[in-house]
Amino acid sequence: MSHIVVPQKTYIYIFLTLIGLTALTTGVAYVDLGPFNTVVALAIAFSKMLLVILFFMNVRNSSGLIRIIIVAAFFWFALLIAFTMSDYRTRTWTPAPDSWSSAPPTHP
Amino acid sequence: MSTATLEPRVHAPRNYLNADYGWKSWLFTLDHKRIALLYLVSITFFFIVGGSFAVLMRIQLVDPQGAIVQPETYNKLFTLHGVVMIFFFLIPSIPAVLGNFLVPLMVGARDLAFPKLNLLSWYIYIVGGLFTLYSTIAGGVDTGWTFYTPYSSTYSNTQVTAVAVGVFITGFSSILTGLNFIVTIHKMRAPGLTWFRMPLFLWAMYATSIIMVLGTPVLAITIFLLALEHLFHVGIFSPALGGDPLLFQHLFWFYSHPAVYIMILPAMGVVSEIIACFSRKRIFGYKIVAFSSVAIAVLGFLVWGHHMFVTGQSVYAGIIFSLLSFLVAIPSAIKVFNWTATLYKGSISFDAPMLYAMGFIGLFTMGGLTGLFLASLATDVHLNGTYFVVAHFHYIMVGGAVMGYLGGIHFWWPKISGRKYPNGWAALAAAIIFIGFNLTFFPQFVLGYLGMPRRYAFYPAEFQVLNVMSSAGATVLGVGYLIPLIYLFWSMRYGPIAEPNPWGATGLEWQTPSPPPTENFSKIPVVTEEAYAYAEQEAGHE
Ligand code: HEM
Ligand SMILES: [Cu+2]
Repeated sequence: MSHIVVPQKTYIYIFLTLIGLTALTTGVAYVDLGPFNTVVALAIAFSKMLLVILFFMNVRNSSGLIRIIIVAAFFWFALLIAFTMSDYRTRTWTPAPDSWSSAPPTHP
Repeated sequence: MSTATLEPRVHAPRNYLNADYGWKSWLFTLDHKRIALLYLVSITFFFIVGGSFAVLMRIQLVDPQGAIVQPETYNKLFTLHGVVMIFFFLIPSIPAVLGNFLVPLMVGARDLAFPKLNLLSWYIYIVGGLFTLYSTIAGGVDTGWTFYTPYSSTYSNTQVTAVAVGVFITGFSSILTGLNFIVTIHKMRAPGLTWFRMPLFLWAMYATSIIMVLGTPVLAITIFLLALEHLFHVGIFSPALGGDPLLFQHLFWFYSHPAVYIMILPAMGVVSEIIACFSRKRIFGYKIVAFSSVAIAVLGFLVWGHHMFVTGQSVYAGIIFSLLSFLVAIPSAIKVFNWTATLYKGSISFDAPMLYAMGFIGLFTMGGLTGLFLASLATDVHLNGTYFVVAHFHYIMVGGAVMGYLGGIHFWWPKISGRKYPNGWAALAAAIIFIGFNLTFFPQFVLGYLGMPRRYAFYPAEFQVLNVMSSAGATVLGVGYLIPLIYLFWSMRYGPIAEPNPWGATGLEWQTPSPPPTENFSKIPVVTEEAYAYAEQEAGHE
């Protein structure tokens, strides 16, 4: 148990930063960055997530056990993505029989 | 029995049951033991609801042409049967009833870490259940309990959204239960109760809680995405909108395969307690059995693709998922071997809980071994989508998890109710359930192997004999389930008063009166020995 009292100011600053980042996400959405559209959006989302975890959830001042649990949760999420991608990334390794690779049937 | 057997209540010592009366004392209780009973009543209700759907299905299948309902109705019957049995009976069964009751008692605490969250979890469960009941009355759902897309999101015009909301909501009740158990086991163990002195039931609850906390949010998100697509046509799963239907199956089984371990791990915990008590021995290889629970919880997350071998999933992913599925069988087998080794040279007695535990071991083994047939890439092509799969998971979930649940109820009933039930009736019921179960589900292995597909309202006439056998077995099974319901009710009033430790078992829950007082222990116990110190206990008596 940590008994560090976080000053209210911190929460207000973090809150404002989060609002700012949300505005930034919206703003960037109007600019076409080509392949970087997703990268930038995810980067902003990731920093917001870190702020929430470290400050609002106060993991910054939490015990090792809590940190392990947070890391484990992300590891779990990574497993979900990795094993799912193991399907998507390798589906085309086996060529489909000719009859399949022709144009897909059109709906009546 | 005559009324003379009714003892005057005034002499009963104060306990959690007579501490307070009236509906408010139940619906607003924060006592984990009373919340366990709230759950017991509610899941029994849902068991009866889910069971009635099963009865209707088995009547339908007596005749190859279908005896009573149209195919549309049959589709709704198997869907609601699955939804109710899995999400509203089996997942909460052991954790929410026995776990709620026993975790604080077993760790030597006065309650769970978060009593209010505990009560909240029951209310959440009830709200989810009401949604599901509403959808049943409002026309039902026909997608199967798996809600596969694009059928569920695009084509089905039944109550998909209402049921999905119900399942979504209920998920949060199991997250809260899991959270409560994890914190309680970490933080509230009595002095001296080290991790490796914990009863294996606690290890099982711990492993189960991890799955509940890590897995259930994914189910919630999946259902949320389904609703998003269904209601607002956001393309996620539907190819017509640029989505991928298999993505749904990935996300769904990422939760739902581990969910099958939410059902079986607690039962394994119960069985460990019972086997140790009725063979008067420490569980053989205690640590390995404890770790195998955790190994199952972890590995269980990495095998979900075995439900998708024939769906168009990449064969390379299939190979990996097949391999990992074989691996998960190892910790399961370890448990079976260790229980058997515990029996060796034990002084075994066959009271009702032990009969259920023995039934569990045999039936779970058959369920697990047939899982390996299904986990093999080649054989699954033939068996997928047939009654073989239905038989496989019923051996595990009904032959395994429900047997474990009933064994646990019989083992701890004297503690829960303060009364004993008639042993002869209990043994008879266990035997009837075992016979009825096998008669119901063994023919389904054969049917599936011969090629009868699951989820159809009709079938070719040559399958009739086996189907009639299965329906006959279901009748026997139904009778078997009814008997305990009657004598357990009966025992609450007329059963002989139970002493604190009627089985002579080890474990903190037996060191407090039956039923326990509201605060569980008058003094927090101090643990000085390993779990299952039966040998020491025996030596002490001589
Ligand atoms: C020894 C470990 C196990 C293995 C290797 C295994 C393997 C499999 C496989 C490969 C399937 C897919 C079959 C198909 O659709 O063609 C399957 C289905 C299923 N298994 Fe298991 N299983 C195991 C243990 C369990 C346990 C412990 C449970 C439940 C407590 C369980 C419950 C189910 C259910 C519910 C389904 C069918 C889901 C559906 O399609 O509706 N299995 N199993
Ligand atoms: Cu599975």
